[in-house]
Amino acid sequence: MTPRLAEIWVYLAASPLLGLTLTLVAYQGAYWLYTRSGMNPAANPVAIAVAIIVALLMLTGTPYATYFDGAQFVHFLLGPATVALAVPLYAQLPRLKRMFGPALLALAIGSLTAIVSAIAVGWALAASRPTLMSLAPKSVTTPIAMGIAEKIGGLPSLTAVLVVTTGILGAIVAQWLFRLLRVKDEAVQGFAIGVAAHGIGTARAFQISETMGAFAALAMGLNGLATALLLPILIKAWGGP
Amino acid sequence: MLGALTLLLLFQLAGEVVVQFFALPIPGPVIGMALLFAALVARDGVPDNLRSAANNLLQHLSLLFVPAGVGVMVHFARLGDEWPAIVAALLVSTFATLGVTGLLLCAFVKRGKGQP
Repeated sequence: MTPRLAEIWVYLAASPLLGLTLTLVAYQGAYWLYTRSGMNPAANPVAIAVAIIVALLMLTGTPYATYFDGAQFVHFLLGPATVALAVPLYAQLPRLKRMFGPALLALAIGSLTAIVSAIAVGWALAASRPTLMSLAPKSVTTPIAMGIAEKIGGLPSLTAVLVVTTGILGAIVAQWLFRLLRVKDEAVQGFAIGVAAHGIGTARAFQISETMGAFAALAMGLNGLATALLLPILIKAWGGP
Repeated sequence: MLGALTLLLLFQLAGEVVVQFFALPIPGPVIGMALLFAALVARDGVPDNLRSAANNLLQHLSLLFVPAGVGVMVHFARLGDEWPAIVAALLVSTFATLGVTGLLLCAFVKRGKGQP
């Protein structure tokens, strides 16, 4: 780099503009690839965008904290976006009323399945305690999961990564698994995606249909509540943090 | 758009206040969502500007997870040590949760329809 370019780099690397712009550019590039692939679930835009950004940050030796100074503006929008989920949910009100009882029961069992299976498999394969506690809330949306992880002795930032990975995984395999299990009702599919794969699954569900997205949003919210209430009690019963 | 965004932030703020006041273990935005849902039910409809703002925001919901996902770079060492357990736990748990929830709800809904 010429001295002049190096100066510009030093200036930009310290401003939030770069992290923010990088996030939007990488995501739009990833989204372009995703649409080019015919919305193939394997070309998940979050996974591709994260890979691009991590590669660039490592190549330029930029620490995550510097990147997050800019990216936090995008991260912050998770809050209002979560509130906005009330709108598609409201559109499904008549259907919701019919399915409410069964949905709550399926939620309770699904939520327990998510927690217990993750801890059991991790424990059987000798994962450390902080890793286990970071894995436990991985099926609920990032801000909730990070809050829970902190309470039960996990690492909030690791939890965020595991949450995002779970969401990507769920978005990729859901349609395929439902075809295999012959689960055809879009509302049911959406609900299961919301319980297992929170916001990233919900984003994928909205791309398939409005109904599926609304039920995913409902399940994601309810599972956030259920896990926040259940998990600290379960961990206490299992042997305090 | 501006009015709707303000409304979303106000509901989020209300959610945070409720959480702090009652010391709930649930994040503010989730309570905010519940409050907005209740308000929409009470009002019996969604204002047009709120509907379009919500659609715009939710259309790229997955973008909002990118900054947290990039955090993976901080944890490469731990992931390197424990990846078999983590990968297995995520795979098994995601498949199990999708399958169990989907099949159960499917069975419940079918049984409900079968009744007179």
